[in-house]
Amino acid sequence: MKSISRIWSRLPLHLLIIGLALLWITPSLGLLASSLRPARDVLSSGWWTILERPFDLGQFTLENYAAVLNRSGMDRAFINSLIITIPSTILPITLASFAAYAFAWMDFPGRRALFIILVGLIVVPLQMTLIPILRLYNHLGLAGSFLGLWLAHTGYGLPFAIYLLRNFFGALPRDLFESAFLDGASHLTAFFRLALPLSVPALASMAIFQFLWVWNDLLIALVYLGGTPQVAPLTVRVSSLVSSLGQDWHLLTAAAFISMLLPLVIFFALQRYFVRGILAGSVKG
Amino acid sequence: MASVTYDHVTKQFGNVTAVNDLNLEIKDKEFLVLVGPSGCGKSTALRLLAGLEEITSGNIYIGEHLVNDVPPKDRDIAMVFQSYALYPHMNVYDNMAFGLRLRKTAKPEIDRRVKEAAEILGISPLLDRKPRQLSGGQRQRVALGRAIVREPKVFLMDEPLSNLDAKLRVQTRAELSKLHQRLETTFIYVTHDQTEAMTMGTRIAVLKDGLLQQLDTPQNLYDHPLNIFVAGFIGSPAMNFFPARLLGEDSQVYLQADSFRLKVPAERAGKLVNYRGQEMIFGIRPEDIHDRALASSVSQDAVVKAQVEVTELMGSEVFLYLSTGKQNFTARVEPRTSARPGKPVELVFNMERMHLFDPNTEERID
Repeated sequence: MKSISRIWSRLPLHLLIIGLALLWITPSLGLLASSLRPARDVLSSGWWTILERPFDLGQFTLENYAAVLNRSGMDRAFINSLIITIPSTILPITLASFAAYAFAWMDFPGRRALFIILVGLIVVPLQMTLIPILRLYNHLGLAGSFLGLWLAHTGYGLPFAIYLLRNFFGALPRDLFESAFLDGASHLTAFFRLALPLSVPALASMAIFQFLWVWNDLLIALVYLGGTPQVAPLTVRVSSLVSSLGQDWHLLTAAAFISMLLPLVIFFALQRYFVRGILAGSVKG
Repeated sequence: MASVTYDHVTKQFGNVTAVNDLNLEIKDKEFLVLVGPSGCGKSTALRLLAGLEEITSGNIYIGEHLVNDVPPKDRDIAMVFQSYALYPHMNVYDNMAFGLRLRKTAKPEIDRRVKEAAEILGISPLLDRKPRQLSGGQRQRVALGRAIVREPKVFLMDEPLSNLDAKLRVQTRAELSKLHQRLETTFIYVTHDQTEAMTMGTRIAVLKDGLLQQLDTPQNLYDHPLNIFVAGFIGSPAMNFFPARLLGEDSQVYLQADSFRLKVPAERAGKLVNYRGQEMIFGIRPEDIHDRALASSVSQDAVVKAQVEVTELMGSEVFLYLSTGKQNFTARVEPRTSARPGKPVELVFNMERMHLFDPNTEERID
């Protein structure tokens, strides 16, 4: 009896959550549906018309995907995106975790002031930096190179990554570190043997943030790479589909869905790290 | 194995003085307990010795070595934390081996020490478990084991029993004493619980507001507290205090309190000549108050009439919560007592075991 009344009392909440989830996922479902429909269908009717006969597989086709992958150099763009995104994720998180440890557990003069400045950087709009950095890159010959893009993404990602990780490291029990220091650990040992293994959830969520941010980025890639096809990532490629192919909606949807695939895989692979409880049992009973 | 010396040690956090001019000499192989209410600086004193806090002024020696500027890992000490501070991602074996590995101890030696410590503590079957799979008592043993395998010169313990349930605490208390005898190492133990201090300590240092109040063996601390704070802190139930005036002449000396008058034994009276007519604080422990009906010999000059408010039967004894005049006090009597709540009772004070304190300085008068 008790559980039934519990279900009833929580029903409105559950309905609200389901409603919100549906609302959020509808555009993506529409995109998927459109990308699987033949060109003439896409141009003549909306994607929701498939709901009239959802089990008729004859209305779907993989032509769009085949066309996009064959014609427009999407394979190269996909690889470019990987080349850009992976170092641009690993680099800032590695640097940020070192910095975050220092901010959380090492005493040095000016620690607080430095941290406040770093946090302040989070609110600086990156658009303000585009022109000065591009001029610098042209001077250094970094414009149009992967290295330039890695450095840019690292710089843009670091303030938030340091902020997030410092707060996580700082919340780890002080006793653990003191115990390790008494056991003979240096800061480096404490960082690698304690802070990092205990922060896997934070590192994983940070990695997801940064990966999605870089993968979906169009602005920075367009500005610093200058639209060179050899180095252009998926986002640049997809956006050029719009201009070069004009009204070819069916191709655009397929291209967009291809660019969404990897982030989805990454999210589902890492989402279990969001689950808490990895610290359970370290302190107290 | 080493002695430890605090030489005029002071620690300040901003404007707060946590430890104030502490002088302590802890002998080799001693079990010293630092006891006091929360915020008295006992944990800070321990952390100063561990090197986890920096000393504001003064010196700390381990053995003959001045350790003020020695980093924690080079002080050759091990510490058991109140929270146990086990490494949550390592199993029990790795938790215990961690310190030895960092010190590049040979593998077979690590293995031998870990297994031996596990044997002593009865946690051999748990070596593969993670801390979250252990009960509170088991975690506490692992924390002890982690200290034991290091074979340090000095063991530091910061309230290691306070997260255990009452029964386990009593049991572990005895085991810690056994462990101390077996390891023959200097133990320094911090607690706010006077029972732990009394049962385990070779000597006890009582602290209050960062100041050392008294350093002595448990028995001396109990029998001859140097001031009102120590007298009230050590012993449970706590000592009773009454404001009183010293009256009389020669060997006929009385303590006149609010609602009763008691004769001071002749041998104590002689030493109190200079205090005649003065106000003082009269202290007596609950077990030195007896039910008159059950007392063997009764001196008419030591009887106090009181009202029973509450009785607590503890099995082997009864605590009486009493009032006389405006004053409340506690007595610890035999369970045969006929005292009942709401009824008057006649009590006999054992004046041989009275304590007198100066009401201004709060120090003992002998």
